[in-house]
Amino acid sequence: MGEDKPCSRMNPTHREALELPSRNPTADGNAGHNPDWTRSRGEANPAPPAGGAIRPRSAHARRYNTSPLLRSLKTACSLRGGSPAMFAELNELLNASPQRPETGKFTLLRDTRTDGSFLVHHFLSFYLRAGCKVCFVALLQSFSHYNIIAQKLGVSLTAAEERGQLVFLEGLKSCLDLWFGEQEEQSGKPSPLQFISKSTSDLKALFDFVQVSLTPASSDSWKGPVLLVDDLSVLLSLGATPVAVLDFIHYCRVVVCSQLKGNIVVLVHSNEDSEDEENELVVNSLCHHSDLILWVEGLATGFCKDVHGQIKITRRVSLELTGEQDVVQIYQYKIQDKNVTFFARGLSAAVL
Amino acid sequence: MAAAAGGAARGRGATSFQRKAAAGSRLATVAGTRPSVRHGQLLLSSGLPSLDCVLGGGIAVGTLLLIEEDKYGFYSSLLFKYFLAEGVVCGHDLFVASAKEHPDSILKELPAPLLDEQRNELGEEATAVKSEDFQDSMKIAWRYQNLPKMEASPTTSTKFGHYYDLSKTMSPELFQPIKWHSFYLPEELSLQPTVKTRSMNSAYGRLLLSIQRIISQEGFDGSDPQKKQKNILRIGIQSLGSLLWGDDICCSDTPEDIHSLTKFLYVLRGLLRKSLSACVITIPAHLIENKAIMERVTNLSDTVVGLESFIGSERETNPLYKDYHGLVHVRRIPQLNSLICDVSDMKDLAFRLKRKLFTIERLHLPPDLSDTVSRTSKQELAGSAKLLSSGCGAMAIGKKHLDF
Repeated sequence: MGEDKPCSRMNPTHREALELPSRNPTADGNAGHNPDWTRSRGEANPAPPAGGAIRPRSAHARRYNTSPLLRSLKTACSLRGGSPAMFAELNELLNASPQRPETGKFTLLRDTRTDGSFLVHHFLSFYLRAGCKVCFVALLQSFSHYNIIAQKLGVSLTAAEERGQLVFLEGLKSCLDLWFGEQEEQSGKPSPLQFISKSTSDLKALFDFVQVSLTPASSDSWKGPVLLVDDLSVLLSLGATPVAVLDFIHYCRVVVCSQLKGNIVVLVHSNEDSEDEENELVVNSLCHHSDLILWVEGLATGFCKDVHGQIKITRRVSLELTGEQDVVQIYQYKIQDKNVTFFARGLSAAVL
Repeated sequence: MAAAAGGAARGRGATSFQRKAAAGSRLATVAGTRPSVRHGQLLLSSGLPSLDCVLGGGIAVGTLLLIEEDKYGFYSSLLFKYFLAEGVVCGHDLFVASAKEHPDSILKELPAPLLDEQRNELGEEATAVKSEDFQDSMKIAWRYQNLPKMEASPTTSTKFGHYYDLSKTMSPELFQPIKWHSFYLPEELSLQPTVKTRSMNSAYGRLLLSIQRIISQEGFDGSDPQKKQKNILRIGIQSLGSLLWGDDICCSDTPEDIHSLTKFLYVLRGLLRKSLSACVITIPAHLIENKAIMERVTNLSDTVVGLESFIGSERETNPLYKDYHGLVHVRRIPQLNSLICDVSDMKDLAFRLKRKLFTIERLHLPPDLSDTVSRTSKQELAGSAKLLSSGCGAMAIGKKHLDF
């Protein structure tokens, strides 16, 4: 992604820039192929032993009925009954429901002095419930970690993957394949994380991976595609430059938000007194672009058993150029085993 | 549901990093481990029961514990040795990597385990003192007599983890059945002059290759089905990131290669996640000039514990800290397989080195017994103490701030 970039990063806040068609010369050739990582994973894992051969396809199919009517019924029930579908309270705050997911939105999840990964789990289960095609770039944890939590929230990642709804990039694993795998990578397609072992910090392979996995095939009937990244700061640690990360996000926005009418959700860490200037650059510039910012902060006064932190929801109405101000809401939250409760500041159990 | 999850996880090529229900009972038979109550992951003892308690029960198999060294590396090396000694007592395999001390000499200096009878003697002394206290009934403030005794150090109820006597070294007989591997950087450099490492510091690259070879050769790989008895590999890496590893992050604010250490940690975490192993790394955090690197390293580790010793600081002579030798900062607790992490409700922790034992205790101020009115200065000191020992992930910013 050098000088010959087809869509220039002009003014980041200028929304028309996104409407420019982006033609990526090499991505066309890949369309229709299986993404490389599924192939390499298949090779790396030989046939499962007898115990593991019982793929839970039938069990999941029974448990997770994909009929849209049933699904919406279930969701409605779960919203009322408080069953752990996703964080129903957060949906209310965001005025979102899995029946009608918004399109073309870029959501930034930002955490300071605390861990905001519960939001990633929320959005993962939300979009899987909504019937969107999801590409999850999970750089921080292993698949089983995400899967176990998703099961607590009522969705199964393995079932979603078998249905073709979820494309899961397990960063830790594909990094291992890349690092210790012999020259077999040379013959096939490049690994999405190939920038780790190359001197050039170029996220083009990762972008190609996202594009190939989210471009709808003629057969499937998923709603708008969703790209989910947990978390973007890891890319910087692995040697990508801030400019490469911003380029990657920009390309993804053009393809996912603009062309395919989908959504992007990205988690970043940030800290006001951080000395990590590269990370701050990425975070600040993403804040300017985002349609919705969920900023989770640990309490400045320290640890509290009943309040885990504070969430600031900023709806960037000003980006729509209607002359209105951004809408900001601030709540406090407490994470429970399968749910998160949100309440106004000062209304926690510790006070009342 | 559990069966489905197990089948699914195995179908995916089965990392060891999964719930116990999925792993089956055969994993639970590994000596020196126990499943976590909260997330079902197998836990190892760090060799220091009070540290286990702070970390939510122990070190989970497949995770990385990073210890920020104290200024002279004295206390962090004790923790490092405790971790390895616990491995010897439990019969785990060891992998010791160092660039400074030879791993052989580290292993020779491991502390001797306190056997049960010795431990009981110590305990009896303590209980004798306690009962003596208890017998003389209170003349004044008698209503406090029935309050339960406050436990100073966090203890675990079940038998998991051992105590060690720092005044003795472990006898060689205990070592006999133990399989251990060492990685001594100067030796490795002379043995294999050229190793192809891609865009990473060559010392780190060699270390990764060496760990990966042992994991795959000795059968710690969680993804292949093994017929023989499963065991745990304990990996200890000493002073990672120091100048001796050929890394310049300690000597310059703008090092040439700021990504080597973080890349190393990322690949190492990938290795740990798919194998039956746990890793303890000590890192000279106070020497790393570029704080951005430390922030990234913290984000890439599972558990981070910082030690801050009083040696050489003015707090060594401060009467408030006369019982302690330093402070313990728990910077990060892993969230494994659950939305919440096992945060202990104690945030102010300090450590103390007794003649034989090293313990982590809850920090408390000594009672004010002086007759003179010197409260103001004490309060100031206490205020500064509170600021210094802020909890995990949350820094006290100032007195003015009020959240609710």
